[in-house]
Amino acid sequence: MRRSLAIQRRVIHALIMREVITRYGREGLGVLWFLLEPALFTLVVTIIWYYYRLQTVTTFPVIAFSLTGFSLLQLWRNGANRAATALEPNQGLITHRNVKLLDVFMARVFLEWAGATGAFLLLSMAMTVAGVIAPPEDLGYVLVGWLLIAWFSLGLGLVVGALSAIFSVFEKIWRPMSYPLFLLSGVFFMVDWLPVSLREFILWVPMVHGNEMVRHGFFGSIVTTYENPSYLLVVNLVVTFIGLSLAKYAQRENSGQR
Amino acid sequence: MIQLSGVHKWYDTRHGRHHVLNGVDLCVRPGEKVGILGRNGAGKSTLIRLLSGVEKPNVGSVERSMNISWPLALSGGFQGSLSGLDNLKFICRVYGADYRDKIGPVEDFAELGKFFREPIKNYSSGMRSRLAFAISLVIEFDCYLIDEILSVGDARFRDRCREEIFVKRKERAIILVSHNVATVKQNCKRVLNIQNGRLIEYEDKETALRSYMESC
Repeated sequence: MRRSLAIQRRVIHALIMREVITRYGREGLGVLWFLLEPALFTLVVTIIWYYYRLQTVTTFPVIAFSLTGFSLLQLWRNGANRAATALEPNQGLITHRNVKLLDVFMARVFLEWAGATGAFLLLSMAMTVAGVIAPPEDLGYVLVGWLLIAWFSLGLGLVVGALSAIFSVFEKIWRPMSYPLFLLSGVFFMVDWLPVSLREFILWVPMVHGNEMVRHGFFGSIVTTYENPSYLLVVNLVVTFIGLSLAKYAQRENSGQR
Repeated sequence: MIQLSGVHKWYDTRHGRHHVLNGVDLCVRPGEKVGILGRNGAGKSTLIRLLSGVEKPNVGSVERSMNISWPLALSGGFQGSLSGLDNLKFICRVYGADYRDKIGPVEDFAELGKFFREPIKNYSSGMRSRLAFAISLVIEFDCYLIDEILSVGDARFRDRCREEIFVKRKERAIILVSHNVATVKQNCKRVLNIQNGRLIEYEDKETALRSYMESC
């Protein structure tokens, strides 16, 4: 068991290094693009939001709202998007007995973690220093929300990666599927803004709890939030379990053992 | 040692089940040079992939107590958009070797020149096999699984491979599958034929070679 964990660590490290080179190469900014790509996305959307919302002049901190929402979106979604297309380019490498599909999915999700987290840190620090946003009221709570969504993204990445490996058509339907999830995830709203009758439905969506937590941590008492961290924790456990089982099934399927 | 016992392997296709191996037994001891001859589609590559552990048998078992290479074949083992050097680094990391002192030997053996730093997808099949061989030699396995790639190399490459494996690494085992009689004849002491999903062993090498040539 101990030996196989050491092997898995080695394999994931090798896969991450391999991904870094094939995605952005060694030229120019190279590996920094992992962080700059999500950072630019969040920044551009935030600027658009800022100018759009400014007309409706509000006391609500629009920039921090957009920053948290789009950073979290990339944290939960990018890993799954990358895991969906993981099999084909790595098929040749799976010829090495110790390289498992699970490792391929994990390597991709870990890289997206690093990118989304780095981008969030970079933007929130830069914006705080520039005085564009107020610093978070409760940094610890922001961190817990962020970590729970990171965990969720791993579980989701395993599920989406494994389903795409088992049914190649899933890779194609995942993207259109992810758009309604994106709208429902809480990027655009706080639960408090919704009619009471809608709230209990939207709180079934796990990502909403992460958004509520991170924003609660950021804005503190000026907002009312409805998160339930234990719900997100339970969802994470269940999704991770399903993801690991599906990855194991996909591995057997890929090695022709049914 | 590698021990295959009662191995069956099939694939489900749209037109029903396709049986590739129907009860295969094989035991390979350290240092043995085993050649397996079979026609196209006889199940040679499947057998090699089962031996390596990339694929699992549907029925039966494969036991390995040797450190076995990945299948050295024309496809697989590499990532096409990475350079030869980056693939070397990847494989070293996966097998827990330090790549820094391996770059020189691999460059020398593979003789790829500037292509060593070009993406593998631009390689010819000869270049690919030289690289696969060079990398597997620096990792040092107890048993090498060779799927045809000796046949695509030129005479000079084959001579250098023979020197490395059969002279310098006498104690290592080799399992070589091929449809080419000459390759197997030159390199292997023990020869088996694969036919109709079964492995057939003969009383000696000559009989095996003759029987294979007659069946073609």
